[in-house]
Amino acid sequence: MILLRGLGAFGAQVLAMLAVVGRLTLFALETVTHLLRPPFYGREFLNALVQIGWLSLPVVGMTTLFTGGALALQIYAGSARFSAEAVVPSIVAIGMVRELGPVLGGLMVAARVASSIAAEIATMKVTEQIDALVTLSTNPMKYLTLPRVLAATLAVPCLVGVGDVIGIMGGYLVGVTRLDFNAATYLKVTYDFLEFGDVMSGLVKGAVFGFIVATVGCFYGMHSGRGAQGVGAATKSAVVAASVLIFAANYILTEVFFSA
Amino acid sequence: MIELRDVHKSFGPKQVLRGANLTIAKGSSMVIIGGSGTGKSVLLKSVLGLITPDSGQITLDGQNVGVGDRDAFLARFGMLFQGAALFDSLSVWQNVAFRLMRGSLKRPKTEAREIAIEKLRRVGLKPDVADLFPSELSGGMQKRVGLARAIAAEPEIIFFDEPTTGLDPIMSGVINDLIREIVVEMGATAMTITHDMTSVRAIADNVAMLHDGVIKWTGPVADMDTSGDPYLDQFINGRADGPIEAVR
Repeated sequence: MILLRGLGAFGAQVLAMLAVVGRLTLFALETVTHLLRPPFYGREFLNALVQIGWLSLPVVGMTTLFTGGALALQIYAGSARFSAEAVVPSIVAIGMVRELGPVLGGLMVAARVASSIAAEIATMKVTEQIDALVTLSTNPMKYLTLPRVLAATLAVPCLVGVGDVIGIMGGYLVGVTRLDFNAATYLKVTYDFLEFGDVMSGLVKGAVFGFIVATVGCFYGMHSGRGAQGVGAATKSAVVAASVLIFAANYILTEVFFSA
Repeated sequence: MIELRDVHKSFGPKQVLRGANLTIAKGSSMVIIGGSGTGKSVLLKSVLGLITPDSGQITLDGQNVGVGDRDAFLARFGMLFQGAALFDSLSVWQNVAFRLMRGSLKRPKTEAREIAIEKLRRVGLKPDVADLFPSELSGGMQKRVGLARAIAAEPEIIFFDEPTTGLDPIMSGVINDLIREIVVEMGATAMTITHDMTSVRAIADNVAMLHDGVIKWTGPVADMDTSGDPYLDQFINGRADGPIEAVR
């Protein structure tokens, strides 16, 4: 009896989660359809571009800088076991560009942007600002959601690109100053080893992660409960869901780009 | 004319509206009173289409509010929200001129700003408030800005949701007087929801008492004190004893 009750509770949780996935998917599709239908709010888009892209640059840059440095140390320590220290520049580059740049960039943007979007929109909902938008003949999906989703989809690949360069530079600084690599050789190996497809796959991942982050942030903001607790729950759910979806999407995209 | 016929609305197991019927004549000021949680805001939001009723009919000048051009329908309305609902990210004048800067009523920016400043002046605010942000204003000033936004596009119908909640008695009096003056001056149809009896007497031509999801009494404000309706009597006199159950 206890087992059945436990299974029932688990089943209910799974069904609730699937319902959220369904609603989120419909929300994302509705957002995309607004791309094709005016009016468009250019000022809101530019504002979102600054908030999501430009203002996320320091946190993404710092994250990738330290990660690139740590990656160089780890690869050096591992490769030294079979005298293959020369692979450090190439593995740092490929690791940053294909995986760590987009995933860490996406996660940092999820932490910074999904939370702020969800909190902002949830607060607007609680204080009836969303209702006010509707009474002022303005569709909240067009005014609030589309500009943020579009801005994140365009800005995150740029952040990933900058993060890739900074991450590789982090590895370079550690390689040259701590691991006695020749500066010119390090850069040449990095440049020679990277392929166009490596860079592009990371940027495409960035675009997908940006879309996920903003869509999830807007979704939880628009569907928040009442009061401070509702805003807090929306913010937490947005960050958790965006992070999990980034990891899931990363696996799927890696399968698509690199499976043999 | 706004007409509600047998409007029902439930949220889960909770039945909020159980067959509400109400008629608001064109150019009149209707105030809906009733205790907290009796469905006053739900009724008002149902007319605007912010909430979809489960059943019943709501019409504006004979047209069902759920059909037709939604933008054209909403352009006929202005609304003052309970907490003013000003957009935090926009300055005061941009809030007031919001409708005038986009959509079918779009004007050039300088003209929209001029209209916003004129509307701010109409609600007793000086032009130097125009460039402030809502967070820099007191509650009373926010309500005035909300009122200026509601009238900016000179709508035919204005809704007021608890216009004096959270304000001191003097500021409540100022807002009540402003609402009355503006409604008369514009010849607008007004629908106000409140449980502040001072507001009722200041604003209303007609009063409707909502209780338990239905309109218990409706009539001219002058008849309110002699209605003989036990629900209305208890409410307007603020008595704990009577047919309305008071939770202690």
